[in-house]
Amino acid sequence: MQKRIKEKALELLNTGVVDRVLGWKIGEFFYDLTPAVFETAEEVEENFVYSGFSGANLSKYLIAQSRAGGKVAVFLKPCDSYSFQQLLKEHRILRENVYVVGISCDGMLDIEKIRAAGCDGVIAVKENVDSLEVETLYDKKTLNRNDCLLERCLVCKSKKVVVFDEMIGENGEEQETARFEMVAKLEAMSPEDRFEFWRGELSRCIRCNACRNVCPACSCEKCVFDNDKSGLRNKAAADDFEENLFHLIRAFHVAGRCTDCGECSRVCPQNIPLHLLNRKYIKDINELYGEYQAGADMETKSPLTNFTFEDCEPSIIHERGGV
Amino acid sequence: MKKIARSELNALFAAISAQKQLYIPADTKAGQAQFTLWQDGIVLTDKLNTVRSAKDLFFPQVEQIVNFKVTGKTMEIIENRDVSEPFVVFGVRACDCRSFDILDTVFLADPVDTFYQTRRENGLVITMACSRPEETCFCGAFGIDAANPAGDITCWMDENALYWRANTQKGEELTATLSILVDCDNTAVASMQEKTREILKKLPLNDLDLSNFDSKKLLEYFNADVWTELSESCLGCGTCTFVCPTCQCYDVQDFDNGREVRRFRCWDSCMYSDFTMMAHGTNRPTQKERFRQRFMHKLVYYPSNNGGVFGCVGCGRCLQKCPIHMNIVKVAKKLKEAVK
Ligand code: SF4
Ligand code: SF4
Ligand code: SF4
Ligand code: SF4
Repeated sequence: MQKRIKEKALELLNTGVVDRVLGWKIGEFFYDLTPAVFETAEEVEENFVYSGFSGANLSKYLIAQSRAGGKVAVFLKPCDSYSFQQLLKEHRILRENVYVVGISCDGMLDIEKIRAAGCDGVIAVKENVDSLEVETLYDKKTLNRNDCLLERCLVCKSKKVVVFDEMIGENGEEQETARFEMVAKLEAMSPEDRFEFWRGELSRCIRCNACRNVCPACSCEKCVFDNDKSGLRNKAAADDFEENLFHLIRAFHVAGRCTDCGECSRVCPQNIPLHLLNRKYIKDINELYGEYQAGADMETKSPLTNFTFEDCEPSIIHERGGV
Repeated sequence: MKKIARSELNALFAAISAQKQLYIPADTKAGQAQFTLWQDGIVLTDKLNTVRSAKDLFFPQVEQIVNFKVTGKTMEIIENRDVSEPFVVFGVRACDCRSFDILDTVFLADPVDTFYQTRRENGLVITMACSRPEETCFCGAFGIDAANPAGDITCWMDENALYWRANTQKGEELTATLSILVDCDNTAVASMQEKTREILKKLPLNDLDLSNFDSKKLLEYFNADVWTELSESCLGCGTCTFVCPTCQCYDVQDFDNGREVRRFRCWDSCMYSDFTMMAHGTNRPTQKERFRQRFMHKLVYYPSNNGGVFGCVGCGRCLQKCPIHMNIVKVAKKLKEAVK
């Protein structure tokens, strides 16, 4: 896959189909790839890497990249393509300036899980179909690949690249997964226990804003929480409850637009399961307004910005038991 | 040199915490280490380091400065700074311990930051030598010896025991109260140190050489073309600055509810668009300038003003936590190539 993707990047640059390629760049180690723009074939030859550590979703960079002049190629995994299409739908990306290469995907790896499996001091990894051979400063270990996947990949909602100019690998289909399992568990808790659960998780937040800044749905030019003219500037919260609310407000703001791409949870330095908040809204939308997947197509209107007479009444919350 | 069996650690923590608040690195629910107020049941982590650095205990993310209350034409000034009590922080790594020296040059220089000063005076630092450094560690590049950290007291730990050496008067005083510690020679420690130093030599970043960062080339570094490329995918999130033990920037803000003004200070990040916003706006309009500020500060400005000492201690947190994996090592290497 790495070889085919790199060859494609070279071909697109060499034939002049695009002026730039957006991809992943080699790091100091094997796992620390950085999203990067490649302008020449030499740069691609030297630095372009696609591996199990190419988890970073490149869609959001296209807001700026599609306006930077010329044409840019981008490699999108299935989940990334939902973010891309959602941004297209919101008129945030100029489609005509982007050449999308869809790539089929077997799931991306989570370096934190590899470390947590006792591999501290990781220096090399060999990716096999089902296993990872990890070399550390201290020993060698073989891990089950599945145990090292990003959370979002364990419950991958779709193997289908929803928008592309060409595909590398075979395109897949949407699939049923257990992604709402934990949400259902939380729903089944008593309000007190659920409150405690979230207070516990969110209390670790250091408000570094990584979750917000990486989020493709958080594409405001200036976030209200950064803007002193908004009257809501929130560089520091009055107390930890206000701090917790930031996350609820953010989740509400992306509700109906969040594609469940999993980036917020991937980047959180404190390992807060932010995806659970967003999935709660997705699950509610599915149940109250009918199945809806943000980014799946260009036409369907988001239930939260579209009025129909079939919409549920506000009393639904009460009818469902008030919690 | 003193020691105590590992099975007695809990009793040691209890004995310290009977005198002062004690913070030790313990695992959170998410399985990462964090300095936690010790009480019975809190167990020492086996992780190398905490996600949040030990800096947080001396320079908290948010702190109150003063409140103002306005009634008619009078204004009342209400002192409400958090009272800091004497505390002990156990398990600080060599890198984080060095970060206090860097913070001291900033906060204890005239005009002295009395908030920080009080916490420094109240705090007693017990360090823990490393025995299993990670691939992201590069404290050695700053002359820090992970096998022999500084602090009021230094500890080493093997499978059997914790070894303890007081370095300062403060450290001696605490040691004198802990009869649970028994005397020992330093054979075990010496052999541990030897082992650790062997590993340190093998670390992938061991060869990081920063001797090129000469303040005479300040402008060349500043104007280097590579900043565009280095910063192009930076999200401006500030994670690197918040987990960094040496990042020290803060903002002072007023929260005005119409009756009362609360003045507080909170961490700020040079990676943010409103950082050091002035009446005329900002002189760092794009992420490139913000990004450049963070790394120029640590690699060039700070050393220029502080006899060549770098503003980084090589803890590796920004290597592990940046969402796009851009970090000070990548920046330093690229700059070195770019400016000859
Ligand atoms: S969520 Fe699915 S498509 Fe996305 S990276 Fe994981 S496995 Fe691939
Ligand atoms: S990424 Fe994590 S720590 Fe940072 S603001 Fe988001 S939830 Fe908080
Ligand atoms: S710049 Fe990075 S490696 Fe250096 S002290 Fe800060 S977080 Fe640690
Ligand atoms: S360098 Fe990384 S951690 Fe720092 S602001 Fe940029 S993206 Fe965030």
